[in-house]
Amino acid sequence: MAASITPVIMPKWGLEMREGTIAAWLVDEGARIAVGTPILDVETDKISNAVEAPDPGLLRRKVAQEGETLPVKALLGVLAEPEVGDAEIDAFIAAYEVPAASEDGDEGPALYQWVEVDGLRVRYARRGPDSGVPVLFLHGFGGDLGNWLFNLDAMAEHAPAIALDLPGHGQSDVRLPGTTLAELAGFVARFLAAIDVECAHLVGHSMGGAIGAQLALDQPGLVASLALVNSAGLGDEINADYINGFVRSASRRDLKPAVELLFADPSLVSRALLDDLLKYKRLDGVTELLEALSASLFAGGRQAQSPGRGLEGKDVPVLVVWGAEDRVIPAAHAKNAPAGATVEVLGGAGHMSMMERANEFNSLLRRHVMAR
Amino acid sequence: MARKISMKQAINEALDQEMTRDPSVIVLGEDIVGGAGGDGERDAWGGVLGVTKGLYAKHGDRLMDTPLSESAYVGAAIGAAACGMRPVAELMFIDFMGVCFDQIYNQAAKFKYMFGGKAQTPVVIRAMVGAGFRAAAQHSQMLTPLFTHIPGLKVVCPSTPYDTKGLLIQSIRDNDPVIFCEHKNLYGFEGEVPEASYTIPFGEANIVREGKHASIVTYGLTVHRALEAAVTLAKEGIEVEIVDLRTLSPLDMDTVLESVQKTGHLVCVDEAHPRCNIAADISAQVVQQAFGALKGPIQMVSAPHCPVPFSPVLEDLFIPSGAQIAAAVKRTLAWGKH
Repeated sequence: MAASITPVIMPKWGLEMREGTIAAWLVDEGARIAVGTPILDVETDKISNAVEAPDPGLLRRKVAQEGETLPVKALLGVLAEPEVGDAEIDAFIAAYEVPAASEDGDEGPALYQWVEVDGLRVRYARRGPDSGVPVLFLHGFGGDLGNWLFNLDAMAEHAPAIALDLPGHGQSDVRLPGTTLAELAGFVARFLAAIDVECAHLVGHSMGGAIGAQLALDQPGLVASLALVNSAGLGDEINADYINGFVRSASRRDLKPAVELLFADPSLVSRALLDDLLKYKRLDGVTELLEALSASLFAGGRQAQSPGRGLEGKDVPVLVVWGAEDRVIPAAHAKNAPAGATVEVLGGAGHMSMMERANEFNSLLRRHVMAR
Repeated sequence: MARKISMKQAINEALDQEMTRDPSVIVLGEDIVGGAGGDGERDAWGGVLGVTKGLYAKHGDRLMDTPLSESAYVGAAIGAAACGMRPVAELMFIDFMGVCFDQIYNQAAKFKYMFGGKAQTPVVIRAMVGAGFRAAAQHSQMLTPLFTHIPGLKVVCPSTPYDTKGLLIQSIRDNDPVIFCEHKNLYGFEGEVPEASYTIPFGEANIVREGKHASIVTYGLTVHRALEAAVTLAKEGIEVEIVDLRTLSPLDMDTVLESVQKTGHLVCVDEAHPRCNIAADISAQVVQQAFGALKGPIQMVSAPHCPVPFSPVLEDLFIPSGAQIAAAVKRTLAWGKH
């Protein structure tokens, strides 16, 4: 019966992904697969990543071939127990239809929304159900909401998921409400008010984590829980080579080595990723803005403030996730997490652990958020 | 926020934003306003293809309709630049450079050198280039090599709306004379362009497509022909890398050499005539600097050494095609194998 057949489908990584190319199968037909086993590598024009098993099972059929480019949700393979006959699997494959381009197609509602906060235009994405306590994703220094491409839709299956471009970042206006964590946290609070959110789970990466921690200290009522990902604000050091390299590089050739510091596997830095970063950095005012922000928060390779260390004894549940090979903020800072926090250090990941170990990260975050 | 606009709109937006930002930016050209002194809508025309339409209403007399004398108004623009303005002169077709060439190559290009580095000439001369517009021999040339030859001039020739806006803003802010070449057959080409102002640095080529088997180096309209070739070749398992030079002076040889070192095969594509063109220049430099990396002879795909034909059939054959580029890639890959 078809109920015992589990399809493996082309994932949707990020709001703009339409299709992916099968780079390689990582397991053979007949292999027993546990949840989280990487099954195959998929490449998009932005990034490549492993598709992992959604459920345990036996890989019975590779439907997609290596080198093939297929739309999101296309059938890639079939998991089923031995008692399911080949004929049933054939019938399942024959009957499988790729769901039509979903609600985020060209005719659907906009991928991104805009709201004005303090006269500053902010881009954000909101996905998932209308009700429930939303999860707000805060990217890091020089990043944008696209940093959460593997995470936003996964979270949106369980709760409203919102990601914004912080002021001066992504496609939000090139202007800052201030360069201190308190000013940035205040801005995030006013952003939440502007989109009618009274309380949210905060997920902050790097500088975004420090902003989240600051907000939890300043306005605890707004914060249902806190997830700090390779976060600033838990220790002193930060790699000045990365910060300066990122801020000052104007060309692809100069920028690439800086961006490679973000990943445990530098080959993840694609041409498209660098192009997107350069497009942002070339905007009038961005370099000066990043210089001002880094001078305020990260001068001389030291973090000016550590709000994460002030969370001790506060009533907010904290999850701390780190990539063991982080070359921007050392994973050793995870030990400064407040008592009672859940701490996970993921191997094989650098500063962008939510991208590099997306599936583990998503499970950790789901458990953290759903426990509340 | 990025949205799709045409190359023509990208030029208009760059001029508009720079005129708003910097009061020393002025625009001169023939019919760029629409015929001053006539009856009716003053902003009617906006240049021969309507590129500057709407700017007069916003910026008024900082746009000047000039007499039909390129030598007069290009000279005026260069003089104004030497006196502290940032003029953008629009020449309808680059083919008309002949009558104002002294002002450009013997005056503007030389000021900085002859006045001990103390004189600046921040002038931009925009002009339409290229064939395919059914405008015959005197309105269709790709004269980029003429200007690239002259020290003291910067030469830009973009292939996309995004590059056009960023490079034109950079050209206006640059303190040297810039020849900004706009391919008339790309005016309607659309692409994503941010609303905000931004600049693209000169001398940084763009890798339009990555590949490991052969490098195609080109600029302007033929970037799109190279992309057509890449799609055809990919079906046969040949992955080409396409380098869009974007600026011909300064020239980003580092990116070209890196690409050739990776692939070992080079095809230079240029819509300009083959003698002493950009393709010949790139080929010579690669042979000199990366001879050991080459696994086959460099191929050049250029327009023929003849004036642009008036016959539409012949004109279509004149511009390097995707098929010609694909064949050139196969020639260098097959070298020594038969």
